[in-house]
Amino acid sequence: MPAILEVKELVKNYGDFAAVKGITFDIQEGEIFSLLGPNGAGKTTTISMLSTLYAPTAGDASIAGHSVTRDPMAVRNVIGVVPQDIALYEDLTARENLIFWGQMYGLSGKSLNTRVDEVLEQIGLTDKAKNRVKTYSGGMKRRVNIGVGLLHKPRVLFMDEPTVGIDPQSRRAILDTVKDLNKKGMTVLYTTHYMEEAQELSDRVGIIDHGELIALGTQKELTQQVGQTETLILHLGENDDPEALAKSLDGVKDVLEAIATDHEVSVIAHEAEEVLAAVVTKANERGIKIHSIDIREPNLEAVFLHLTGRALRD
Amino acid sequence: MLKTIIIGFKDLRLVFRDRAALVFMLLAPFLLTIGMGFVTGRFSGNSGGIQDIPVIIVNLDNAELGDALVDVFNSEDLAELVEPATSSDPEAARQLIDDNQAAAAVIIPEGFTRSIIPAEGTMTDPNFAEADPISIEVYVNPAKPTSAGVIKAIVDEFVSRVDEGRTSGMTTIFQMLMTGVITPQQAETEGRSLFEDVDQTESTALTLKTDDEGAQAVEFDILAYMAPGMALLFLMYTVSYGGRSILAERAQGTLPRLLVSPTSSAQILGGKVFGIYLTGVAQISILILASAIFFQVKWGDPLGMTALILAAVFGATGWGMLITAFARNPNQVASIGSAIMLIFGILGGSFIDLGMMPPAIQFISKITPNAWALDGFTTLALGGGLAQLTEPIVALLIMGVVLFAVSVMIFGKKNLAQK
Ligand SMILES: Nc1ncnc2c1ncn2[C@@H]1O[C@H](COP(=O)(O)OP(=O)(O)OP(=O)(O)O)[C@@H](O)[C@H]1O
Ligand SMILES: [Mg+2]
Repeated sequence: MPAILEVKELVKNYGDFAAVKGITFDIQEGEIFSLLGPNGAGKTTTISMLSTLYAPTAGDASIAGHSVTRDPMAVRNVIGVVPQDIALYEDLTARENLIFWGQMYGLSGKSLNTRVDEVLEQIGLTDKAKNRVKTYSGGMKRRVNIGVGLLHKPRVLFMDEPTVGIDPQSRRAILDTVKDLNKKGMTVLYTTHYMEEAQELSDRVGIIDHGELIALGTQKELTQQVGQTETLILHLGENDDPEALAKSLDGVKDVLEAIATDHEVSVIAHEAEEVLAAVVTKANERGIKIHSIDIREPNLEAVFLHLTGRALRD
Repeated sequence: MLKTIIIGFKDLRLVFRDRAALVFMLLAPFLLTIGMGFVTGRFSGNSGGIQDIPVIIVNLDNAELGDALVDVFNSEDLAELVEPATSSDPEAARQLIDDNQAAAAVIIPEGFTRSIIPAEGTMTDPNFAEADPISIEVYVNPAKPTSAGVIKAIVDEFVSRVDEGRTSGMTTIFQMLMTGVITPQQAETEGRSLFEDVDQTESTALTLKTDDEGAQAVEFDILAYMAPGMALLFLMYTVSYGGRSILAERAQGTLPRLLVSPTSSAQILGGKVFGIYLTGVAQISILILASAIFFQVKWGDPLGMTALILAAVFGATGWGMLITAFARNPNQVASIGSAIMLIFGILGGSFIDLGMMPPAIQFISKITPNAWALDGFTTLALGGGLAQLTEPIVALLIMGVVLFAVSVMIFGKKNLAQK
């Protein structure tokens, strides 16, 4: 399958600050590709360059054969963009917004009206289409925000953290919409800092941190990087010191890695049972009460933890 | 081009959904006009601040009607309002106006009376009724538009009385002639006496305090000066509101979203400018319509009016763009915009008649669209047409073009997406 999107050594500096430090990846036609990374990793900056909003400091990318630096207009016709921050006219209704943005993508007349109806149906807002956007809930605004990106049936859709700050129900609806669009052949570049979303949606994942792509591949390939391991997550009380516990677990037999995060200690081992007893003993020795323990199969969170020593959520 | 228009109309629609903006654009100037109307006595029949208007009268006619007009200016009723001086040399009188010594010169040409009331024995001339009367010249001082307007109104009132008399008198006399009720000789005497009646009623008809029509005739000019003054003041609000919306669209993310759609920066910026322009034209048109309906303000020639509005909004939009190009965020546009609005309002004569300002201020006022446009509106209210508006219109267009060029240069240096 040919790559519909190719990114080569893309760099973006804001003054002295390097936000994106030369990232390279491809997306195949028909794929859902996730860029997973914590706040400030450079996800939005990357999307901004790919969508021709910002000129890259160095490097280039091509989408459906068009270079983002040399032929931005051609790129814009191929892509749909769902920005991280809702970008709508609040004093217009959902329908008026969709009509306006449709016109900006060159749609007009009857085909525009039909398409707007379809999109309203797709985002489940047919009933509320005549209300001004400012009267909508956060979730509804997010859905209109997505709808605008779909109007011209783009070949490649960029979605920048489209589920931030909304209720679980709307989030579910959005994830289902993404899968549905993908099934119909749309290529999707999806950014998120929720491991679960990347896990559920993506064919392939790029993990981005401090402007660098630190891992790239299918979920299976990525989790194999961590090795055949399991992660024990120890939930501690408010007053307990996860650092101290993590330190005491260093060097304990069969413990590969022990990392402290907020009120939690993640312990990586080949087999969870092999270290469980030792972990509990160490905690008791220090008078630390373990509230509960989760055992996780290798996942993207573990990959991130393994690669950076930090949790995805900051 | 199409997208530019769509963006412009989208902005117009958004303005009309923003209640706060509508209050400033339409309600505020309307209420202020009413307020100023009360202050200056537009609604109470008192001529208020305007008095002792210096006027120079040149009576070359020296016959019944010319003398009657001189009497009008010297009448008791107008004693407070005007301060007439007489001169026999029209050129000298015009020179005095050019030197800003008086508000207007009223030049009654030789043969004025004869052109209306025939001399004895000419009544039977079949061409007589068709002949155009010679008209009185009112040479106005553009620096004193309000005062000049008052003088113009007095003369207009006089002329229209004479005209009424002429038309109705002539019709009756011709009818009587045709039906053989009177002989041509009788007709002539009859006609002359008709006009003499007119003259006599004239001076009493033209009172300011007691007579309704007289008061209106004079004072509509005050509102015709104030209403556009207020409209222009708040036009500056509208253009800075529009400029602010460019930066607001960046902050709310719709500008970046436009930039990643297949729409060029030029189309987007053009659309925003077009939106400001449309809004300004809509605002001024609504205000003018409203003052015509509610205050019976007579704005004058519609064609000249249209051209003047289009040019005035163009010049003002240029200022809106310049403010926007310099500002970093929407709030800055708002604060710089309000400051400029007030300064231009004062400099441009929205509050105080420019004629009462020192020459230096009058000179500086030329950078404001307000001064030029107000000049144009006054010309229109004084009965001028498109032909007399060339100077303000050209000035406003040049102002717009220059400001646009400068703004585009500044915008070009900054990135539209990230300032
Ligand atoms: N216009 C800008 N000027 C200067 N620095 C910027 C600008 N935009 C972003 N940055 C910085 O660049 C880095 C990457 O930002 P970016 O928005 O791309 O991160 P992100 O991965 O999208 O984060 P988030 O999950 O919070 O959206 C951050 O440190 C941010 O502070
Ligand atoms: Mg982001």
